[in-house]
Amino acid sequence: MLDVDIRKRLGTFVLDVAFRGPERGVTALFGPSGSGKSSVVNGLAGLMRPDDGHVRVGTETFFDAPAGIDVAQHRRRVGYVFQDARLFPHLRVRDNLLYGFRRSPRAERRIDLDAVVGMLGIGHLLDRRPQALSGGERQRVALGRALLAQPRLLLLDEPLAALDAGRKAEILPYIERLRDDVQLPIVYVSHSVEEVARLADHVVVLDHGHVAAEGEVTQTMARLDLFPPDSPYEAGAVVPVHVLDHDENDGLTRLGFDGGVLIVPRFPTPEGTHLRVRIIARDVMLSLVRPIGVSALNILPAVVGDLRLGGDCYADVQISVGGTRLVSRITRRSAAHLQLAPGRAVFAVVKSVAIDGRPVEWSRNIDRAPK
Amino acid sequence: MLSETETQALLLSLRISAAAVAGSLPLALICALALARGRFPGKLLLDGLVHLPLVLPPVVVGYLLLVSLGTRAPVGAWLLQTFGIRLVFNWTGAAVAAAVVTFPFQVRAMRLALDAIDPGLEAAARSLGAPRLDVFCSITLPLMLPGIVGGAVTAFAASLGEFGAIITFVSNVPGETQTLPLAIYSAIQTPGNEAAAARLAALSIGLALGGLVLAELAARRARSFLGR
Repeated sequence: MLDVDIRKRLGTFVLDVAFRGPERGVTALFGPSGSGKSSVVNGLAGLMRPDDGHVRVGTETFFDAPAGIDVAQHRRRVGYVFQDARLFPHLRVRDNLLYGFRRSPRAERRIDLDAVVGMLGIGHLLDRRPQALSGGERQRVALGRALLAQPRLLLLDEPLAALDAGRKAEILPYIERLRDDVQLPIVYVSHSVEEVARLADHVVVLDHGHVAAEGEVTQTMARLDLFPPDSPYEAGAVVPVHVLDHDENDGLTRLGFDGGVLIVPRFPTPEGTHLRVRIIARDVMLSLVRPIGVSALNILPAVVGDLRLGGDCYADVQISVGGTRLVSRITRRSAAHLQLAPGRAVFAVVKSVAIDGRPVEWSRNIDRAPK
Repeated sequence: MLSETETQALLLSLRISAAAVAGSLPLALICALALARGRFPGKLLLDGLVHLPLVLPPVVVGYLLLVSLGTRAPVGAWLLQTFGIRLVFNWTGAAVAAAVVTFPFQVRAMRLALDAIDPGLEAAARSLGAPRLDVFCSITLPLMLPGIVGGAVTAFAASLGEFGAIITFVSNVPGETQTLPLAIYSAIQTPGNEAAAARLAALSIGLALGGLVLAELAARRARSFLGR
């Protein structure tokens, strides 16, 4: 269990953040720049000393103001992966990887060089110097270095922010593997909805130094209040799905979810794979009757849950399709016209091509998929 | 090619320069660390003191050394009585004079190297479980190596050419304090010794040039080692 409750005054900025994260799996710290993500991370790593509160990871207490505990940075063993990989330029990849390992207590070494090299696919890089690596390779080595220090907590501070889309796609599967294979709490800091949707189990949304929302990822990301039309983020829902089958003739894939079936462009993943897709609110249309003669392949019976009218022309509608929550962004005029209200039965229309063809592997452990 | 006294002057110069650099390097490192990383009252004063020999006439440095470390000066007398160390008219005194004059070269080079180190690397090392001293030895020191080597080579080359401070402090004693520049000076002062002066001057130029080339090569090697 990750148990954080810290308060800190930094000039006019007041940080007051409390949340809990799972013992195993990814807790995402999500929010725009200036929301206090970095301060929380620094508090966890020991780079910043809070004025009050506590930080506990599992059975270890890193910080406890009332008890006067403040464990030194190098004794916390927080595997910190920075946005810029921060590999030591004078050491070869192998010595970079082993830097923390050699300083870890012998009795607590659970993961060795071979395991990390295999997991991250960096065997061919061991004798190189960091300068000879690509951005993606550097970040993989940085991940491995942090893991080999036998951390109690893995802290990934926007590890993909400095990479281009191609490199991001290269690294994400490795982080997913890490999440699934490593018995560690992972804190993943990001301002990218996509990364959070793909990786996180638990989300803590920060805003102006406070926790704006906290909870399981699919529940939290579907909340209407967090992503208003003027927010920098695209509102949408994160839907756990599994691949039912592929239609090779038409190049389509059928995805099963709690509430029905989605037809989407051909996914590269094999049948039976559990993954998450993100359905953007603007891509979901609502209809009172089952539409006929439309091109959209996904017509899902739904019930209106929450409704949120913006001050401008927008209306955000949360709908339930079976046990799954989707979000639809329509105009206020349409909402009035359809007389939308909680409990009203509607049909959600989702264009197949609107769903991102680069799927997100949910987990190889089916038991971790939401019930 | 060289006469015995000329060879003696050359070897003495090398010995004095080596001692000057080796002796002042640890102190220069401490000063560079204090100036680059420290926050304390009087930092500006220390900065000024360290760089003073760069702008003071070397004769003044020699004079100050004489009035502080001479056998009848307080510190000098104490050194003589307690440890039996006599710097005046001695090669060690020449090394002290050369060290003081070339001290700024070392501090400056080290400080620039320190400033160029990304503090994020040290934070990363700490997060990986390294205590402060360990971080300094395993990360900071290797990363500032180009500065240390560059500063040391430059200070060595400059020590070879030091004249004013040495002649003022420890005088011009052949075989003891007569370094290359002092030998050149003596040769010029002695009628009929123009050939010797020319030889020694050529030697001096060669040494200085060699030192600079060596400093550049060392800096390049160190940079490629760090991948910059």
